[in-house]
Amino acid sequence: MHETALSLPVVLPEAVLALGTLLLVLYGALRGERAYSLVTEISVALLGIVFLIVVWKSRPMGITFYGALADDPFTRFMSGLALIGSLVTLLLSIEFMRSERIAGFEFPVLILLSTLGMLMLIAASDFIALYLGLELMSLALYVIAAFRRHDLRATEAGLKYFVLGALSSGMLLYGISLIYGYSGSVRFSDVAAAVHDHHNLGVLFGLVFLLAGLAFKISAVPFHMWTPDVYEGAPTPVTTFFASAPKIAAMAVLVRVAFTAFPGISSDWRQILTFVSIASMGLGAFAAIGQTNIKRLMAYSSIGHMGFALVGLAAGTVEGAQSVIVYMSIYVVMTLGTFAAILSMRRDGKAVETIADLAGLARTDSQMAFFLATMMFSLAGVPPLAGFFAKFYVFAAAIKADLYGLAVIGVLASALGAYYYLRIVKVMYFDEPARAFDRPGVVARSVLALAALLILAFMFAPSPLTNAAMAAAQTLF
Amino acid sequence: MSGSWILSSLLILPLIGAAFILLLPGDSEATRRNARWIAFFATLLTFVLSLVAWGRFDPSQAGFQLIEEHDWFSHAILYKLGVDGVSMPFVLLTTLLMPISIAASWGIESRVKAYMIAFLALETLMIGVFVALDLVLFYFFFEGGLIPMFLIIGIWGHGNRVYAAFKFFLYTFTGSVLMLLAIMAMYWTAGTTDITVLLKTAFDPKMQTWLWLGFFASFAVKLPMWPVHTWLPDAHVEAPTAGSVILAAILLKMGGYGFIRFSLPMFPDASHYFTPLVYALSVIAIVYTSLVALAQENMKKLIAYSSVAHMGFVTMGIFAANAQGVQGAVYQMISHGLVSGALFLCVGVVYDRTHTLSIDAYGGLVQRMPLYAVAFMLFTLANVGLPGTSGFIGEFLTLIGTFQSNTWVAFFATTGVILSASYALYLYRRVVFGVIEKANLRNILDLSPREIATLLPLGLLVIYYGVHPQPVIDASSASIDAILRGVEQAVTATKTAGL
Repeated sequence: MHETALSLPVVLPEAVLALGTLLLVLYGALRGERAYSLVTEISVALLGIVFLIVVWKSRPMGITFYGALADDPFTRFMSGLALIGSLVTLLLSIEFMRSERIAGFEFPVLILLSTLGMLMLIAASDFIALYLGLELMSLALYVIAAFRRHDLRATEAGLKYFVLGALSSGMLLYGISLIYGYSGSVRFSDVAAAVHDHHNLGVLFGLVFLLAGLAFKISAVPFHMWTPDVYEGAPTPVTTFFASAPKIAAMAVLVRVAFTAFPGISSDWRQILTFVSIASMGLGAFAAIGQTNIKRLMAYSSIGHMGFALVGLAAGTVEGAQSVIVYMSIYVVMTLGTFAAILSMRRDGKAVETIADLAGLARTDSQMAFFLATMMFSLAGVPPLAGFFAKFYVFAAAIKADLYGLAVIGVLASALGAYYYLRIVKVMYFDEPARAFDRPGVVARSVLALAALLILAFMFAPSPLTNAAMAAAQTLF
Repeated sequence: MSGSWILSSLLILPLIGAAFILLLPGDSEATRRNARWIAFFATLLTFVLSLVAWGRFDPSQAGFQLIEEHDWFSHAILYKLGVDGVSMPFVLLTTLLMPISIAASWGIESRVKAYMIAFLALETLMIGVFVALDLVLFYFFFEGGLIPMFLIIGIWGHGNRVYAAFKFFLYTFTGSVLMLLAIMAMYWTAGTTDITVLLKTAFDPKMQTWLWLGFFASFAVKLPMWPVHTWLPDAHVEAPTAGSVILAAILLKMGGYGFIRFSLPMFPDASHYFTPLVYALSVIAIVYTSLVALAQENMKKLIAYSSVAHMGFVTMGIFAANAQGVQGAVYQMISHGLVSGALFLCVGVVYDRTHTLSIDAYGGLVQRMPLYAVAFMLFTLANVGLPGTSGFIGEFLTLIGTFQSNTWVAFFATTGVILSASYALYLYRRVVFGVIEKANLRNILDLSPREIATLLPLGLLVIYYGVHPQPVIDASSASIDAILRGVEQAVTATKTAGL
């Protein structure tokens, strides 16, 4: 790929986002609390513009900043996805933040900063850029986890996330330093050239630490402990954010590092990821069964889904990479749709979040029940919905790579997991109605409807996504 | 290619009906009536269209006909439809039973729109299973049917419906995901999921064993075979009448269809290897579940167990792997579709009047309901396999087929015929004969015109195919012969290679 020392067009999305964010910080600091509306609106527009820049076809691709950042189809695909996650989250948050009286202008700014970190993370092609991107993303996340700072649960969530996050960053950094020490470079391509057999024990140790740090960010078992508490404790728009964009960015960098920095020792990281994947799918399937809080349930569900996505990565092939990309794309749509529904769960102006609150929704709000049921069946992986094809791709990749044991455990976990998604459908459709929810907001309802439409219609035109994912995956090989 | 749109139209028509119902406003009495009629006409039109497809179908050819093919997933997975002699009868069975089921659901009063939409979606998915010529597409339809059926049992069922709905879903889903893995393995081996190509692909015998087991896990649960049949009695008892009809008449047949379409021709060596296992499970199903049926106090449960026993004949016939056995299995499935569907309708008739399924709650119905007694008698005898009804032909052919392959299996299976006579007639005697003792039965009314209209076509077909089986046999024999020729060649080839 074309490599330049410094090239602005290649980093244009990051540059625009950074500049815009700084201006908004300035404006917000001058205007104070009243700035919320305008800052949010501009933030949404900014994310939209950056998205357009990212997918703008005639912008040159290449590697720049002395090999630190790479702009290739993979970067563009995953950045686009992460930007959609941030953008929709921000849109969904507006009503909630207002009605909960926590509408500070810092919230959109923090989302922007975190998104900037994600773009860097996704584009990173050396370990320094990776670490910088990851920290920028995470620091903003620590703050917004505790955004409702007078709320006990939210502060607990923020603190927990921060302490564990700092620990994982430390491990990651230690891993990077080991890798640097034993391979002599921080650039992915140089590391790949230096590491091609199992004898380099220092790099192996470094790899383990690195994977541990990244597994924390995608909340894969055994680094998932923070997820249920943070998901439950944080304000719902924050949870939406946690479940969508950062997961994409962290998964993207995991895929990139694995394939471009360590192709020579793929059998080693495939082993680790196989274990992590099995553990995540298993825990996701079992632990979610007993949950009563829907946000907590979604936490375990997302742990399980990261496990499914890792199945594709554990395959270690180009089909595997493609399947992870397909999986994450469909996952983010399902997640945003589901959280849009959770955000519409309000009674008497107060957010409610237990599963029992959904009782009989099919009769009080049949539209919302239908859309949410679509999400649930899709999350469970039942055809004809998109979630099925997501699982199809990852397991097909695993079978091709002869990972039969992983595939069998995976599909059984998905069958088990179907139980708790069905339980939500059951509560909505089979139970006697509870009191109706407040009138849903326009944004939340449109996001939910659009997500359901995408999930339902995917079967009619799947090729654009699968082809784009294939094109993105091929750039890593 | 002529008629290349017709199978797609069969899939789309019910969905168009569903879309119309979705657009109906509100939930007034008029809306409900319209929803019922739209659903009825949509299914009726689909039936008529399937007759047109039948007219264009040439039974003398063995291969697939009325083929449609489009690219679906990046040139790897196809949207490919087609029918042959094995699938055509099932398509017709499905389209025939749908308008009958809708007519039998006229009494549903709660959430009528959703009910009709669920049934119409289910019809599309069921037809899709039988016409899909791509394995992933097949799986797509096969599994997709779980969603509407789950809702039908869970929303409009009675009593313990939630438990039954979950059990139904999770059993079938778990079985099917293993088949999905087998499908993927076949895809990577053969490079395609096109069924017509896969039928010509020879898989390595060792691999066949695993693939066979993957498919078996799914079909055995769906059919269902002993010991994974336990979801069926629950699902049947709790489902609304029409749900039971569709479940027994069509959903179960997908398992048998799958064995004939995939397991036997694609994995001939593995099928040969596993035949003793299937025989054993079939015989246990026939004898054991028949005995269980004898002890039932719930009408639907009794018929459900009888279904499991009858499906035992089907698996036995299929894995006998000779012309009579497989032909008998197809015949038995079609016949059982008509008979069990009708039996559940008969149960539904009295359930609508008294709201109980307990056998004890009835007795002496013949005094007040002569027409009902006649209809119920006809279907009971067909279920027993009385000569002159379609039930006889299927059982007889499967037994002949099995006898050639394994005398003892046929011997034990034949005892099942006697047992089925005992439980079916026992049920009939307790419900219909005797004097009326229960107060609530004194004023019970005989069949209404609508109920007669639902039962009459089934009754006529049961008798017609009982005395004149040739049409079904003619339609499917060419395809079945072709499948069996392939199986025989493959098994002989492996044997010679092994020597």
